[in-house]
Amino acid sequence: MELVQIDPYRWEIKKSGAMQVPVRIYSSRALIEAVKKDETFRQLVNVAQLPGILTAAMAMPDMHWGYGFPIGGVAAFDCGDGVISPGGVGYDINCGVRLAATRLLQEEIRPRLDSLVNALYQNIPTGVGSTGKLKLSNADLKQVLKLGSPWVVSKGYGEAMDIEHTEDQGCMTDADPAAVSQKALDRGRKQLGTLGSGNHFLEIGVVEEIHDPVAADAFGLAKDRITLLLHTGSRGLGHQTCDDFLAALTRKLNTKGVSLPDRQLVYAPISSCEGRQYYQAMACAANFAWANRQVLIHNARQTFQQVLGISPRGLGMRQVYDVCHNIAKFEQHTIDGVSKRLCIHRKGATRAFPPGHPDLCTDFQKSGQPILIPGDMGTASYVLAGTHRAMDETFGSTCHGAGRMLSRKAAKKAAKSRSLEKELAQKGVITRWSGKSTLAEEMPEAYKDVTEVVRAVEGSGISRIVAKLKPIAVIKG
Amino acid sequence: MPYELIDHTADIGIAVTASSVGELFETAAHAMFEQIADTRALTGWRRTRLTVSGIDREDLMINWLRELLFLWNGRQYLLKQARIENMANTELTARIWYDPFDRQTHEILNDIKAVTYHGIRVEKTDAGWTATVIFDV
Repeated sequence: MELVQIDPYRWEIKKSGAMQVPVRIYSSRALIEAVKKDETFRQLVNVAQLPGILTAAMAMPDMHWGYGFPIGGVAAFDCGDGVISPGGVGYDINCGVRLAATRLLQEEIRPRLDSLVNALYQNIPTGVGSTGKLKLSNADLKQVLKLGSPWVVSKGYGEAMDIEHTEDQGCMTDADPAAVSQKALDRGRKQLGTLGSGNHFLEIGVVEEIHDPVAADAFGLAKDRITLLLHTGSRGLGHQTCDDFLAALTRKLNTKGVSLPDRQLVYAPISSCEGRQYYQAMACAANFAWANRQVLIHNARQTFQQVLGISPRGLGMRQVYDVCHNIAKFEQHTIDGVSKRLCIHRKGATRAFPPGHPDLCTDFQKSGQPILIPGDMGTASYVLAGTHRAMDETFGSTCHGAGRMLSRKAAKKAAKSRSLEKELAQKGVITRWSGKSTLAEEMPEAYKDVTEVVRAVEGSGISRIVAKLKPIAVIKG
Repeated sequence: MPYELIDHTADIGIAVTASSVGELFETAAHAMFEQIADTRALTGWRRTRLTVSGIDREDLMINWLRELLFLWNGRQYLLKQARIENMANTELTARIWYDPFDRQTHEILNDIKAVTYHGIRVEKTDAGWTATVIFDV
């Protein structure tokens, strides 16, 4: 397995053995060394062996060791002889990020920031097993799964603009609640409007730098204005859905005598009954995740207004965009001059559609799609824009975050006898968290340098940096 | 009970050793719940019986831990103890003792979200049995 450098931001592992396609890695000199120490490249070679994979098994600069697919992985499959893989989407189906911009300046909220963070922490359920205030009947839950964000907006949780500024308008139309198990429904019923635990967060930030004024204007981002960034997904409903299909497809492949390089890569042919069922169930979980982030942003908006004593107009909280970074989708792409409908898996990778793409709303036709890249809680987050190069090379995909560098065990060791809360406060970041070891496991050093990650995607041409956000308060699950 | 934690970039895993295959499955269950909660505070005042199957021993281990994890993620029960009553290559029956989660008395340590197939290993060795399991956290 030889890693060959192609240019400053691209590496390749040539096709050999059972590989159907080569491996292509987007990274930089500074980032790639850390990845060589873990199993990421081996996992990419495994992905490259899946039936019907096209062009290359790809990884973005925030890549790291996952299970089955690596995190930061992108793979496209032919709809005829290709496969769909629950492990290629991940457990947290439509884990994603939502960003809203406000009219507020930092000095306007600094005196009330503590109260605001406390109120958000009270109003947004966080942590292991947290449940939301929304009590959904079976019929309501199925509407959420079928219709996603638009359904919760129709019930008063948000504004029409939120839907317009959401990937796929917050709804995958192939969702069929009949494909979702009772176990998954039971786990999801009480979790709409909850943040969850682990790396999920809510962050208040300030626009620190504008790199592309025209795109920033289209995104509604202005220097020194306050922003709100959310990172969460489909909670237990998505996890259970992934797990149910991993179990069922493992049994199915066993009856066919198929052996896999990694059992987590279990799959179904796209055109099979099982493949269709997984896609319909996955779409339900994706819709649940969009509805979840919709309820969360609505509750955050209301909390801002209450604590700061301002009107919706005074707050001016306008959704920039909502992206998903764990998903499989059918999209139109061109390979060797031929336009084809393909199944694109993005596991810890974000869609990055270019200016003029028909799936983008009018507001982003000139700028390209907004891409939201959260960093660690002490450094920065970035807003990027999609490019034609991404469409040509990576099936319209880019990175999704900073990407972990330290294991949770190593992070806890590095955090021993330190007060991370104080360290972050000295950097101007207020923190609230619920998990016993959350702050240690999520410490800034546990992640790669997000600035280096976004430089690598810009350097390779698959995204453009639009703005840099600096966190001033973070709530972790 | 003998197990070690495995370092994985984003997640956590366990490497378990035991003298018998039944003990291996019991220890893996115990190890998983020791990651989730402080199990010393549990009394195991409720009990039930579970039957789990799989296509082979590795799949059986995953399905066993999956069923137990659903007790936590789906029902909010914390496992105190598991005893394997019948064990075959592809099926087991176990008796389990658990407590319904009580926020006042039980401390949650980690959120284990799923049991993965990645790197799954269940093997007989000269000294007994070993297993490796990686969890999604």
